[in-house]
Amino acid sequence: MEHIPIRADTDVLAARQKGRALGLQAGFSSIDITLLATAISELARNILLYAHEGEIELRLLNEGGRRGIMVIARDQGPGIVDIERALQDGFSTSGGLGLGLPGVKRLMDTFELKSTYGAGTVVTAVKWELR
Amino acid sequence: MDVPVLKQGPYLIATVQSALTDADLAQLRRTLVEQVGRYRSRGLIVDVTAVDVLDSFACRTLRDIAHMTGFRGAETVIVGIHADLAFAMVQLGLSLEGVTTALDLEEGLAYLDRKQRSVKALGSRPRQSAGPRNLLHPRG
Ligand SMILES: Nc1ncnc2c1ncn2[C@@H]1O[C@H](COP(=O)(O)OP(=O)(O)O)[C@@H](O)[C@H]1O
Ligand SMILES: [Mg+2]
Repeated sequence: MEHIPIRADTDVLAARQKGRALGLQAGFSSIDITLLATAISELARNILLYAHEGEIELRLLNEGGRRGIMVIARDQGPGIVDIERALQDGFSTSGGLGLGLPGVKRLMDTFELKSTYGAGTVVTAVKWELR
Repeated sequence: MDVPVLKQGPYLIATVQSALTDADLAQLRRTLVEQVGRYRSRGLIVDVTAVDVLDSFACRTLRDIAHMTGFRGAETVIVGIHADLAFAMVQLGLSLEGVTTALDLEEGLAYLDRKQRSVKALGSRPRQSAGPRNLLHPRG
């Protein structure tokens, strides 16, 4: 289990490097490791951009011998007003590409977004090893 | 992390050697736009072979670099997007619309050379990037 505090742009790199290392440890293929690292990058970037600080937690899962990695991106930032819109391709309140959240949903196997307006956001996503 | 930029004839070659932070990416964009003007470059190659992840921000920065240097008369070719990255970019929903890509540095240089030759044959610099073949054989 890893907790990576996200406060600066260098932390985004640290988080995805930790993800990569954990993916290797779990025996993920190089494609899956890249998908995982890309998802972590998007989530860490969102923390930095919208909440200014937060953390990425990485957990190694094992379900009946099948390994997976859970990514939890947590912050106590402004939260998301309209979650449904935030999950649409191209929606951005910062002039970005608006592909981060919907992209993470496609890159990972499971995706859950919980956000309370004014109180923060938690994104939980899992990537399972291919079998 | 500084990205070395090499001047090779009418071209600039920027080789990204490791993962870049947002600040590094912004710096790279400033540097390249400035140097394309300073050296009157006709082409720019950005080699991303060593890049671990191209997320939406990095991808947009590459696109911006290509468009900005395009306004300054240089064509940008992004080279070295390996298979895993390409896969992840497609899943993210990213596109490099309007940006030329090539498999590696050699291919990128060959592309720019073909482009230069066709431009010389026409005796002017094109504002729009039509295929080199069309320029060489306008009627063919
Ligand atoms: N951690 C967060 N806290 C608050 N708002 C967020 C967070 N993550 C995403 N958002 C909101 O969801 C929108 C969509 O996010 P995303 O898909 O990553 O696209 P982008 O970051 O390019 O805008 C953002 O523009 C922002 O309004
Ligand atoms: Mg984002």
